[in-house]
Amino acid sequence: MKLTLKIWRQESPEDKGRLVSYEMDGVAEDTSFLELLDILNQRLIKKGEHPVTFDHDCREGICGSCGFMISGIAHGPQKLTTTCQLFMRQFKDGDTIVAEPFRSRAFPVIKDLVVDRSALDKIVQAGGFISARTGSGPDGNAIPISKEKADRSMDAAACIGCGACVAACPNGSAMLFTAAKISHLGLLPQGQPERKQRALRMVAKMQELGFGACSNHGECEAVCPKGISIDFIARLNRDYMVASALETVEPVKKV
Amino acid sequence: MDLNSKVPSGPIEKKWEKHRFDMKLVNPSNKRKYKIIVVGTGLAGGAAAASLGQLGYEVEAFCYQDSARRAHSIAAQGGINAAKNYQNDGDSVFRLFYDTVKGGDFRSREANVYRLAEVSNGIIDQCVALGVPFAREYSGYLANRSFGGAQVSRTFYARGQTGQQLLLGAYAALSREVALGSVKMFPRHEMLELVVIDGHAKGIVVRDMVTGTISSHVADTVILATGGYSNVFYLSTNAKGCNTTAIWRAHRKGALFANPCYTQIHPTCIPVAGEHQSKLTLMSESLRNDGRVWVPKKAGDQRKPWEIPEDDRDYYLERIYPSYGNLAPRDVSSRAAKRMCDEGRGVGPGGRGVYLDLFDAMDRLGRDVIAARYGNLFEMYERITGEDPWKWPMRIYPAVHYTMGGLWVDYNLMSNLDGLHVLGEANFSDHGANRLGASALMQGLADGYFVIPYTIADYLTKVKPGSRPSVDHPAFKEAEREVEARTKKLLSIGGTKTVDEFHKELGQVMWEYVGMGRNEAGLKTALQKIPQIRERFWKEVRVPGSGADLNQELEKAGRVADFLEMGELLAYDALMRDESCGAHFREEHQTPDGEALRNDEKYAYVAAWEYKGEGKSPELHKEPLEFENVHLAQRSYK
Repeated sequence: MKLTLKIWRQESPEDKGRLVSYEMDGVAEDTSFLELLDILNQRLIKKGEHPVTFDHDCREGICGSCGFMISGIAHGPQKLTTTCQLFMRQFKDGDTIVAEPFRSRAFPVIKDLVVDRSALDKIVQAGGFISARTGSGPDGNAIPISKEKADRSMDAAACIGCGACVAACPNGSAMLFTAAKISHLGLLPQGQPERKQRALRMVAKMQELGFGACSNHGECEAVCPKGISIDFIARLNRDYMVASALETVEPVKKV
Repeated sequence: MDLNSKVPSGPIEKKWEKHRFDMKLVNPSNKRKYKIIVVGTGLAGGAAAASLGQLGYEVEAFCYQDSARRAHSIAAQGGINAAKNYQNDGDSVFRLFYDTVKGGDFRSREANVYRLAEVSNGIIDQCVALGVPFAREYSGYLANRSFGGAQVSRTFYARGQTGQQLLLGAYAALSREVALGSVKMFPRHEMLELVVIDGHAKGIVVRDMVTGTISSHVADTVILATGGYSNVFYLSTNAKGCNTTAIWRAHRKGALFANPCYTQIHPTCIPVAGEHQSKLTLMSESLRNDGRVWVPKKAGDQRKPWEIPEDDRDYYLERIYPSYGNLAPRDVSSRAAKRMCDEGRGVGPGGRGVYLDLFDAMDRLGRDVIAARYGNLFEMYERITGEDPWKWPMRIYPAVHYTMGGLWVDYNLMSNLDGLHVLGEANFSDHGANRLGASALMQGLADGYFVIPYTIADYLTKVKPGSRPSVDHPAFKEAEREVEARTKKLLSIGGTKTVDEFHKELGQVMWEYVGMGRNEAGLKTALQKIPQIRERFWKEVRVPGSGADLNQELEKAGRVADFLEMGELLAYDALMRDESCGAHFREEHQTPDGEALRNDEKYAYVAAWEYKGEGKSPELHKEPLEFENVHLAQRSYK
């Protein structure tokens, strides 16, 4: 296959950045998108140019490191697929493909296709946990959990934290990410004691970090490589409303 | 050198309990005076950092990924073992212990393995408490599945994403400690040197991967939980960033490297497609529960799989190992696949693959059941190969997956370097010469949640609170200078070959001569070739850019430079161990039907290597292995 790649090149956070075109020839269709960038980078290094910087690690769709906009769609055209699992057979000979970083106020660009997603960690630190000290849990079978609830919780827990939902949202909202965590824990009996504070803390942190609000666009669900449903956002909204009627947000405490 | 394993006395069932009582405790008000560094935030490191933070220590945690949640533990699919015996099928702590020692082909330390089995049940309880959504039965109780190397169902799982869910549990606990200020988190930081002062590990030198700043961090004790070294083979199932640098740097500073030649080859991976291939993808071993593995009976059979009638197929695992069949352990299954391909009966491009199909199970159980169990794996396979497993048999081939070897540690998980603790895959301790499926997650969490919080307290009682040096200590300055000089050197070579080219070349040598089957001549060839590649690397490599910003080529170059040293030790160890055991298969030593043949008289020991300087042969130290509870026997899965 012959392809034209237009890649966003930005040397530093301060640099303005620009799209640069690269012609790729003889691309095998069982090459992954990241392997295509590997091939390009080998060529650039040999020519004395700087290779394209992009985050990646497991290359099997689970670590959540990789991801950028591929011709305007977070993680590219194939549904339920991370960038690393996108293979060139999804494209046609002669295609032009544009690769740009995930763009959002809360995700500043570090270099080329790499952005700083540490804001997602901060949302989890605000309350995305159950405060069970090591060694304190009862026998795993002491609390039966219906298969249905456990499965639903797992649906939400499947989030890989890649940030595609934020990049796809016209408002730059992290609602799907936050809702997935709140639902994963809130569906389980172990998550009940902290359920209200969790919703208050995580939503407050999300707003503080510069993520936008949700206006039910649904782009997030459409691009999510793990198929996390926007139904979970409704769940977050319910939890948040109930919690704000009954409690005010408190900081995380030791005991 | 005195290799004291510090295994407590007494009957094996009582050792850990007795030891926990004998160990000293740190007064709660003194805990905050101690600082602990944790490198790596996978299951072992993440669980350790969270647990130690909860206890009141001051913890600093480091990872090279942009978030602690992305460590490679996340990719484990199948599950985690525990001796709960919820299935009423005859499991017990002793049986899990026994299976693990046997699975490791009698090359692990009994007392460590027993403790692992003993704390396994607490891990499940802890993970449930943290909100891990394990699979449940309709009763609401926890579900189990079976796994290779065991005849009981003791594996707990969360769909095909068990590692992810366990890691997110540990990451959540860690995030809480970060919020409370008890753990300070340093993502996108890579450890490049260990600092040892008067024989005690007192800190590390790291590079901030975004700004390039090189800085020192001081602590009262250092924990390395930095994973394995499978990427020495270039192609493996590990994440691209997985590397040996942290443990190799520690090795160069005096920590012994144990059993480096024990590298596990996973039997069910998607075969290599072409030159551009950057990593190998594992298909969960759970496929073997319902799948059947086969090759054509005739060598060179070019027919499509569906054109090959039943009579012309060889279901070789069922034929050779009737009692375990398709569930034979990983090393046994991998070698059998290689033998079939060596006989010319392999399938797919290059003849390096065997078929695995679930057609019998589809008929027996129905498509819905198969879709529920393996649907996501089928999708993954189709996405990568473009072939539909509902219609075609899948092609699989073994790939490097896990390394049982690692830094030598005693019963307290401390290396021979005082104050340096090593957890998870980075140490050598529990899996002997072969790890059983679903045991890596168990070991990582056992070390992090339930072993190190106890043993590190005992160590710290010997360290005076407030006695740690400052970053201005000459040893730190010296280490920083070394790191800076090395970075500068890598950037200044300005050769013609890329880092990846050297890495691939090393990987080919490792796979060819130090891979699934090893022999004296091949290992000697590898020992000749590796230093040559290393020499050329330092003359001909080209690392573009500068050290002052995010430079992924520079990161890779440092890691490959260490692999080029580590690979040689791996081959050296494989040559020295003139027996076959578990995943280490020396072709000179096999039973008439091609199984690993141990030599217990000569090799029932842990080989712990001491670094003696560049260009010098490493020195071997032996820790004899004694088996008082498990009868040493030829492994049989027939």
